[in-house]
Amino acid sequence: MTTTEESYSFNRHVLAYIHQAAELGLYDIRGLGAKRVLPTFDDLVFLTASLSRYPLEGYRERCRTQTVLGTRFAKKPIHLAIPITVAGMSFGALSATAKEAIGRAATELGTSTTTGDGGMTPEERRASKTLVYQCLPSRYGFNPDDLRKADAIEVVVGQGAKPGGGGMLLGQKISARVAEMRTLPAGIDQRSACRHPDWTGPDDLAIKIGELREITDWQVPIYVKIGASRVTNDVKLAIKSGADVIVLDGMQGGTAASQQVFIEHTGIPTLAALRQAIEALEEMKMVGQVQLVISGGIRTGADVAKALALGADAVAIGQGVLMALGCNSRWYGTPDHRTDAAADYERLGTVPGSCHHCHTGLCPVGITTQEADLEARLGVDDGARWLRNYFNVLTMELTTLARACGKSDVHHLEREDLVALTVEAAAMAKVPLAGTNWIPGL
Amino acid sequence: MAVVNSAVQLDLAKKSVRELNQFLHGDLAGRGIQRVEVLNPGGVHNLAVGLDADVDVDIRGHAGYFIAGMNKQARVTVHGNVGWSVAENIMSGVVRVRGNASECAAASGHGGLVVIAGDASSRCGISMKGCDIVVGGSVGHVSAFMAQAGRLVVCGDAGTGLGDSLYEAVIYVRGKIRSLGADAREEPMTDADRAVVSRLLDQAGINHAASEFKRVASARALYHWNSDAHQAY
Ligand code: SF4
Repeated sequence: MTTTEESYSFNRHVLAYIHQAAELGLYDIRGLGAKRVLPTFDDLVFLTASLSRYPLEGYRERCRTQTVLGTRFAKKPIHLAIPITVAGMSFGALSATAKEAIGRAATELGTSTTTGDGGMTPEERRASKTLVYQCLPSRYGFNPDDLRKADAIEVVVGQGAKPGGGGMLLGQKISARVAEMRTLPAGIDQRSACRHPDWTGPDDLAIKIGELREITDWQVPIYVKIGASRVTNDVKLAIKSGADVIVLDGMQGGTAASQQVFIEHTGIPTLAALRQAIEALEEMKMVGQVQLVISGGIRTGADVAKALALGADAVAIGQGVLMALGCNSRWYGTPDHRTDAAADYERLGTVPGSCHHCHTGLCPVGITTQEADLEARLGVDDGARWLRNYFNVLTMELTTLARACGKSDVHHLEREDLVALTVEAAAMAKVPLAGTNWIPGL
Repeated sequence: MAVVNSAVQLDLAKKSVRELNQFLHGDLAGRGIQRVEVLNPGGVHNLAVGLDADVDVDIRGHAGYFIAGMNKQARVTVHGNVGWSVAENIMSGVVRVRGNASECAAASGHGGLVVIAGDASSRCGISMKGCDIVVGGSVGHVSAFMAQAGRLVVCGDAGTGLGDSLYEAVIYVRGKIRSLGADAREEPMTDADRAVVSRLLDQAGINHAASEFKRVASARALYHWNSDAHQAY
């Protein structure tokens, strides 16, 4: 009799991993975020209105979505039409076309977009009405002129996909323009440091934030972005350091290129991180003074609504934005003139739906590439339209849920509107398990 | 605010850092201001940051962190010691420290010249991207870490791990090097190197013979990810 029983511990994925490690002596570097099963916002549901709560009419009664970020110290806080923003993604990781499409859509939607580890391009600045400028450990292309052109500054301490890790942009993505912006030779693998070059620790960060404020004459908000690991302490320290806004990136957050071991095995899920951050804000009596933007695997309007109900002021989306532009779609182009990219996925050793090959620079749909012929697969107008549609759907879903909970403002959603479907989610979000009053750990 | 010997004087015993920087960000040229003296700096941070003007600024005493950060055009001189990250991300102009500098001097500097007359602590020139740095004394450990472009001239000794993960920046050291970092190597000095060192010493106002310096540059062995050298990154 043939034995077909597969080992649970050494299943086919683990075997493939060990065989590849043994053969190549290399670990996997890849894009996007964690693929493993994790507790998510899907494990929460809303207790919408009924007799004890009064719902609002979906088509007649307004539900406000306006969002203000950076009210603590900045003279010019950020005013957004919706609480859904675009997360930081670099020119270099993304093509200039993708960045421009994102900027244009964000402007039309009245929301912000964010630079990444490669500096600010003129196209991106032109296309984006509200642009957040990241201050990263690498400081690639970082300069005071762009700093003063920014509407907000985001000091990046960490990223959910790799809290505590630096970056690696592989040589195949380093075009002449990317290389010039980063002051490095074209074609080499570019390492980004995991620590800032000019400060270490929260006391220094406070002085660094002071410097950025002085340079920009206290005009624009300063965000501090942290990858979700020791959230309670990190949020408190960021507040103490003088942040106007905390951007918290959970472990489902994406990356352009990171070690698989980082992506799947570090940090904590966005759901758990968000609740810890809110508690830290509450403990420091900073709710309403310091705003919280949550990111890391936000996909749907329901995710946004649940994040807001748990206490976030806004969300930031990266991977969902790429997917709206066509990431992991079999086709590129418009529905009338579309071209099958399956063969291009195959060349990367993957299939549409499973691609995480952003690090190769050979994106079959033209988003994460610097190759001109691939980049041409994404049109700026098309990309901007798709992203606008996506964010509009998220906003409609968000307001639908908010109205059903009886809220005339999406920011009125509250933890009390939620229950959990699993014990894990109940414990992480500190909301009752559905059908009970039980919150594990309380 | 007083005017003494054609310099506008700002006394930090009476004015705040905010007032100083706001003044320095104003239209100095339009007001005919070419020289500013900062009195009683008292070790405070973030003085003269984000300048973008053809102006001389003299800070008369010791100062704290990030002095002259992100400087453009201006010539800032600190007549004392400074804390961390003096002239961080400098773009152009000249920043001089008459005394010693603490860590991360000229970190990620893109252009311009930074002169430390005394010693600079660890990570001097970390991540530098095109600026020139001249240190009259010695530098601490892991100086010029991940330095991408520009020149670091050290007239004294260099600590451990000099030039670790170096890219295209070049380091010149007159004294002893305790150890080189990953991918940094000593190379022969050429006539072009000696000319560069002479010119930079001249600009710094420091007198040494260029022939006394050694050249350290990247071996470029880590430019492409190499799993056999994974502990070297
Ligand atoms: S389709 Fe493009 S953007 Fe999406 S995972 Fe693949 S390479 Fe990355």
